[in-house]
Amino acid sequence: MTDQRSQAEIVRKSLKRRYRKERRFRLYGILAIFIALASLFILFADIISKGHTGFVKTTITLDVSLDSGLMYLDDPTDKDQWSNADFKAPILAALQAQVPEAAGAAEKRELGRFLGTFADSEIRNLLTKNPELLNTTQTIEFPTHDRVSVYVKHADNPRYSIKLSEQQQRWVDELVQKGIIDTSFNDVLFSRGDSREPANAGVLGAIVGSLLTMLVTLAISFPVGIAAAVYLEEFAPQNKLTDFIEVNINNLAAVPSIIFGLLGLAVFINLFGMPRSVPVVGGLVLALMTLPTIIISSRAAIKSVPPSIREAAEGIGASKMQVVLHHVVPLAMPGMLTGSIIGMAQALGETAPLLLIGMVAFIVDVPDGLFSSATVLPVQIYLWASSSEQGFVELASAAIMVLLTFMIIMNALAIWLRKRLERRW
Amino acid sequence: MQTANLLPLVLVLAVVAYGLAYMRSRAVAAPLGGIRNLKALPFYYAARAALWCAIPALIVLAVWAGFEDKVIQGIVIASLPQDTWPESAGQASLILSQISNVAAGSLNPEFLPKHITGAASLLEAMQDKSGNFKAILVVLIAVLGATFAWTRVAPHINARKNVETTLRRIFFACAALAVLTTAGIVFSVFLETMRFFDRVPITEFLFGTSWSPQTAIRIDQIGSEGAFGVIPLFTGTLLISAIALLVAVPVGLLSAIYLSEYASKRMRSTVKPVLEMLAGIPTVVYGFFAALTVAPFIRELAAIVGMEASSQSALAAGLVMGIMIVPFVSSLSDDVISAVPQTMRDGSLALGATQSETMKKVIFPAALPGIIGGILLAASRAIGETMIVVMAAGLAANLTANPLDSVTTVTVQIATLLVGDQEFDSAKTLSAFALGMLLFIVTLLLNVVALKIVRKYREQYD
Amino acid sequence: MNTMSPSISAEAEMRGKGASIPVPEHKRKDSLMEDKPEDTVIEEGKTVGKPFTDNPKFKLRNVDVSYGADRAIKNISLDIGRNEVIAFIGPSGCGKSTFLRCLNRMNDSIDICRVKGTLELDDQNIYDAKRDVVELRARVGMVFQKPNPFPKSIYDNVAYGPRIHGLANRKSELDDIVENSLRKAGLWNEAKDRLDAMATGMSGGQQQRLCIARAIAVSPEVILMDEPCSALDPIATARVEELIAEMSESYTIVIVTHSMQQAARVSNRTAYFHMGHLVEVNETDTVFTSPQHPLTESYITGRFG
Repeated sequence: MTDQRSQAEIVRKSLKRRYRKERRFRLYGILAIFIALASLFILFADIISKGHTGFVKTTITLDVSLDSGLMYLDDPTDKDQWSNADFKAPILAALQAQVPEAAGAAEKRELGRFLGTFADSEIRNLLTKNPELLNTTQTIEFPTHDRVSVYVKHADNPRYSIKLSEQQQRWVDELVQKGIIDTSFNDVLFSRGDSREPANAGVLGAIVGSLLTMLVTLAISFPVGIAAAVYLEEFAPQNKLTDFIEVNINNLAAVPSIIFGLLGLAVFINLFGMPRSVPVVGGLVLALMTLPTIIISSRAAIKSVPPSIREAAEGIGASKMQVVLHHVVPLAMPGMLTGSIIGMAQALGETAPLLLIGMVAFIVDVPDGLFSSATVLPVQIYLWASSSEQGFVELASAAIMVLLTFMIIMNALAIWLRKRLERRW
Repeated sequence: MQTANLLPLVLVLAVVAYGLAYMRSRAVAAPLGGIRNLKALPFYYAARAALWCAIPALIVLAVWAGFEDKVIQGIVIASLPQDTWPESAGQASLILSQISNVAAGSLNPEFLPKHITGAASLLEAMQDKSGNFKAILVVLIAVLGATFAWTRVAPHINARKNVETTLRRIFFACAALAVLTTAGIVFSVFLETMRFFDRVPITEFLFGTSWSPQTAIRIDQIGSEGAFGVIPLFTGTLLISAIALLVAVPVGLLSAIYLSEYASKRMRSTVKPVLEMLAGIPTVVYGFFAALTVAPFIRELAAIVGMEASSQSALAAGLVMGIMIVPFVSSLSDDVISAVPQTMRDGSLALGATQSETMKKVIFPAALPGIIGGILLAASRAIGETMIVVMAAGLAANLTANPLDSVTTVTVQIATLLVGDQEFDSAKTLSAFALGMLLFIVTLLLNVVALKIVRKYREQYD
Repeated sequence: MNTMSPSISAEAEMRGKGASIPVPEHKRKDSLMEDKPEDTVIEEGKTVGKPFTDNPKFKLRNVDVSYGADRAIKNISLDIGRNEVIAFIGPSGCGKSTFLRCLNRMNDSIDICRVKGTLELDDQNIYDAKRDVVELRARVGMVFQKPNPFPKSIYDNVAYGPRIHGLANRKSELDDIVENSLRKAGLWNEAKDRLDAMATGMSGGQQQRLCIARAIAVSPEVILMDEPCSALDPIATARVEELIAEMSESYTIVIVTHSMQQAARVSNRTAYFHMGHLVEVNETDTVFTSPQHPLTESYITGRFG
């Protein structure tokens, strides 16, 4: 056995090595935290750098002479004439007026490629609303074709391939200088539904679809979740059935989300024959998914109400149900609300189960009811991200920014609520 | 009448019942000298009436509406002449959609056989009749229920007890919904899985090493013999999950250790929520990041080093998934490490151990079961993850251990097989359910084991 | 709020954390000291009896310990002699444990604790920034109130200290250290056949003796004991007290105890603490038969405890 003096020596010698190990260990810890935080930062930076241009639209503003001769249209109300009219012609004419160097037919065709595929619908809609504008000159703003927007916004970005010829690029530069081609805030993004062309595509349809779906999810999962939590905490007897229910809830909380999609497909769509791709079915599936989360957090909230309150109420003669409904639930409500908001935020970002129940179709119109075809924001992001059109990359990133903003708001709301309504027993 | 319109109607009836019963209870109480002479407050008599009105009616409505379509479809098919009866579920759905399109007016009946148009008018007639019957039945039941409760307004009847018992039963039903959901999952997936195993032997499924799900469209089509072996799917899942855990476990564990032992209170309270944020980001965002940024980056990096990486490498998906899982590992590890009693730390420190020695040799081993439980839960999450792999990993089954290759996973296959048009009988779509069953069982086992370990570990320190 | 596996994390939030800051003695509510007239008798820094010795092991001068704004130890000066057993006695909350924990700097892990004054071990200031706390604790060991063996085998518990300090070069040396320590702690016969068994499977008394063996294994010069028998039954207590008597030949022992009988049985000198002051220090016999300070007398005769 070492005696006390030599022990001191040995210990002193070991110190340097041991403190080195200590420093290394701490370094690892900091490194790990750094990696995690840096990843988060890189993710956000990447999304923002890809997506901020999605909030910018490129337009061509032209003075278009709505000449009936050009359009072969004399009477806007005549159905036959209308369906045979050429609405693109006046736009092309106005454009060619701005770029006189485009002389030959081939060059004029190249010029025409600057316009978005649906440019003619602008004229069409204008004349439908105000047929008296025929044969007048109007200043109209047209979305440019994706090739032009990519060039204008991303000319120096190697990830984007520029599909304009040298000549076309020169023309675009000229038009930009003249102010004919310009960039502005992309209001289309927030006013339209999906489209085949990035210039015309918006998230409004997806946002409304998400809202409707969330409404259904909330309407189902919030009351049912709270009722279940109340039962399990206050009324459930200690027996095998209760244990079984609890085990089920805990398991469901950890089941992969795609399985709920399978459930929705097999039961709601196949068995009950509900329509695919509607907010009601999406909401039902997400409600089943969010239910365990809400139950578990509500139980924690109920547990935190001190027994003294219950005893006081019982002492006055309130029945068990009255104690629960008049006292416990209102006092536990802040915690329940917080948990539900967070559950909703999770559900907002869910994609996989909704893919399976069909919310992956190409929906152009903004949904107008709980039973109309819809898509949700995360699915829209998925569709755009999988698209081969490069203009959709920035739109997908922009949509991600919109989605994350919603989620940050919801989480902040939950935290604010919790702080505001918190009680210190 | 449409189900959607009947719902508010029933609710309105319930409100009316409430009002009527309320008035009656006050009326009954007046001659006795006030409501204190009733066994319950007027509110409860009224509530009872509303419940008796609404609940039976809603239940009937739900059941009728749920099965209405299927029953009508069955009747319509049965009404077709025997020689035109569909031979398979696929044919059946085809015929049914034809019929309903004609009935809806979106299909021109001119060139269709007579029996289809006949069936279409039958369909319409049945739908009308069903709608009417449903409405009448539901309203009748609502009124009957309300009347029954209304007659039961009397001073000696303790309506409060009745209402509270009903409420308790409703709450129980809500809790039991969880069991119903699990049962629903198990049965629905199980049934389809059984139908799948009718066509593809279970041994081929579980042990086959080739996955290429195709079904013949025509009976005599050559070259479309599907192979349904899950082994490549499983290895793909395991490869990506392993990469994810390789990232998440060190990062999460070391972060948790540092935050619980070394970090100041301020640092802890700022860093911890940020780490939790990683778990809150929707997986589609991670998938986007993985597919459009990380995968190309890895490809370029590999090219620099002279190796070839697929543009859908398992590495890309695994790395991003790892980042997503970090909070799972760190949060749970933090909880279990904090649960180790302070006296243990004191004992070690008093012997002259440094903080890292205490952590490595005393606290970490003591917390190990809990940490392992946390890792298992994280693994279960990784295995069940869908969007990251759908967007960043490939579609072709590939039996490989090279992280730079493209692999596919169980969840990717489930998603791709079921998205889009399918027939419900082909082995192809049924295989998705079989995969779902497999996934459910595996994640269930992992979760049960993990929770058991963590619980047992917790008991040690209580 | 945890968003994953909510069942586990909700539970964790409810159970609370296991780590906690020990409540300083003088803040514990069971002190009866509130309104006794004797309070005005204590003079700060003035200790009756013989607080100082020749060639002390520990030289402590003007020690002041505060937890935030509360002063727990008020200007205490004391010598602890070599190879003596000195008992710290006093009513609950008087600061004995706090003072004890200063001697091996265990108070360092409490953020709000501030130690002032001169504390010297063998004429070296232990709170000097250049002095290493790990080294200190290898020389000054501690046994705690509640036995706290590690969830490891008996062997690994005792071997832990020697292993981390590198006191043994070979397994056989380590075996020797473990055996010697267990013998000295009087556990060898009971433990020799089950060295690989989990330490947590032993009885309370055995666990505490194991903790003593663990502390001895590092070959300290001083052993601090914070109410080591308060969680044990009388028989186990008696065995530990026997141990203390045997150990006093090789070690300096400072024992905090609630039991005056124990102090009388095992210690050479006794120090009486009262509300953070060191009131009286003297030979144990003197303190218990003819205490010089009125407060000491009141305590001895059972007026307050």
